[in-house]
Amino acid sequence: MADFFHQNLSYFLSGISVGGQYALIAIGYTMVYGILRLINFAHGDVFMCAGLMMVYFSSSLPFAISIPAVLLLTLLLGFVIERVAYKPLRSAPRMSVMISAIGVSYLLQNAALYFTGGLAKVYPEIPFLSRSVQIWGATTRVVTLVTPVLTVVLVVLLTLLIKHTKIGMAMRAVSRDFETSQLMGIKINRVISMTFMLGSILAAVASLLYFTNYASVTPTSGAMPGLKAFVAAVFGGIGSIPGAVIGAFIIGICENIIKGGASIFGIPGSGWTTFSDAFTFAFLIIVLIVRPTGLFGEKSVDKV
Amino acid sequence: MFEISNLSVNYGGIEAVRDISFSVPDGSIVTLIGANGAGKSTTLRTIAGLVRPRTGKIVFNGEDITGKDPAYIVGKGITLVPEGRRIFPDLTVLENLKIGAYLRSGSIEDDIEWVYQLFPRLKERSWQYGGTLSGGEQQMLAVGRALMSRPKLIMMDEPSLGLAPLVVRDIFSIIRRINEEGVTILLIEQNANMALQVADTGYVMETGVITLSGKGSDLIRDEGVRKAYLGG
Repeated sequence: MADFFHQNLSYFLSGISVGGQYALIAIGYTMVYGILRLINFAHGDVFMCAGLMMVYFSSSLPFAISIPAVLLLTLLLGFVIERVAYKPLRSAPRMSVMISAIGVSYLLQNAALYFTGGLAKVYPEIPFLSRSVQIWGATTRVVTLVTPVLTVVLVVLLTLLIKHTKIGMAMRAVSRDFETSQLMGIKINRVISMTFMLGSILAAVASLLYFTNYASVTPTSGAMPGLKAFVAAVFGGIGSIPGAVIGAFIIGICENIIKGGASIFGIPGSGWTTFSDAFTFAFLIIVLIVRPTGLFGEKSVDKV
Repeated sequence: MFEISNLSVNYGGIEAVRDISFSVPDGSIVTLIGANGAGKSTTLRTIAGLVRPRTGKIVFNGEDITGKDPAYIVGKGITLVPEGRRIFPDLTVLENLKIGAYLRSGSIEDDIEWVYQLFPRLKERSWQYGGTLSGGEQQMLAVGRALMSRPKLIMMDEPSLGLAPLVVRDIFSIIRRINEEGVTILLIEQNANMALQVADTGYVMETGVITLSGKGSDLIRDEGVRKAYLGG
């Protein structure tokens, strides 16, 4: 048993690490859905933009400045997207807002294409995160170990914010009932902006961790992690933050176990890596058939 | 003093309220009665700032508050207990009360105590989720939540809706008590009998217009009102 873990340690480690990165992105999907019942298709691209910003900033600025700048500007990007593309459609049918989200997604991808000329941009080596470490014989980077820890810390902080602060209480109220929240004197637009900014800054953190592992950014780099994070949010029960986090870890770990199928299950073959995404999604379909609302999906019980 | 003059409101494509005027003197209980769809709820929602009027003026203590946003109006001391109670089911009872005081800064401990004193049942259920309360308890919570903003004028939209007769009586005695504490009350009700019994002044609304007004005790004896709203 110990041998088995020892041999396949690298798969488990990267599973936990990728899971943490998906989790940070998934929180943005699930929070926005919770409050606006909107699937923010642009979220994966916000994540990609954070990656590109880092590429450009780090070429002329030290990390001590470029990292906070990326976090701040991504937060601002989330705020602006909501104000420009979603807020004017507040009373429009949900489908219109979703189309607006798809539009923003393409706008960001096209803008990225314009600036990069379609070339993959090399992601900078962030000194501390990119360093190699040896644990139990497996070689990995510091980022692999930092990711799950940082994810858990951020999720705990976010949960405290939502459970125990005034703005958190307002977020919970608004996600339930716009009109009554207004009657309490809550300015719902402020609460919605806050939600987008929180989701975006977490996506920026995720981009720092994710691209350090993948080393390059392209205009479509946000698509796959965005999609997987979205699926993680659905899997966990969209609208639920713990659900999204647990869903993301499960997906990250499953994906990497399947990638390591040849050695983990002892069935040789080159298809494991190629089909890892397909297997991951197939697994999700099965889970959703059994639990259509996801792991922590809301089953609202209202008394009328 | 709260005053509405020549208010007209379009809502859902129809003219739900047409040129109504009425006033609510400080410290009084005023009721609007009328059938379903008469425009009573629309009137309250317009005052609360959820709906914008087409024409007319809403004046509170000398200030024109027509068309202001709900947060501004709550800040001025007007609050609405919405129809169907609309408490937050996944907030605890205590959180529901706290959120009622959202705009206030400073300590709200005394107010929470005051509400718990008015509704001892809520104190017992302080840590329970709002959604787990019975209908009557939810109505108490909705009223308590509204009181947390320290309103000068509290508007109630059908507080007796869907409650058992005994509970309805409790709710009305609470309305009286709140009024005795100095809060002005604007009440709309389908339960015209109860409403007119507690009200100083009543207005009868029909299809968007006020057709009759008078002292509560007079309206209760009015032949037309009896026929239309009191079942005989």
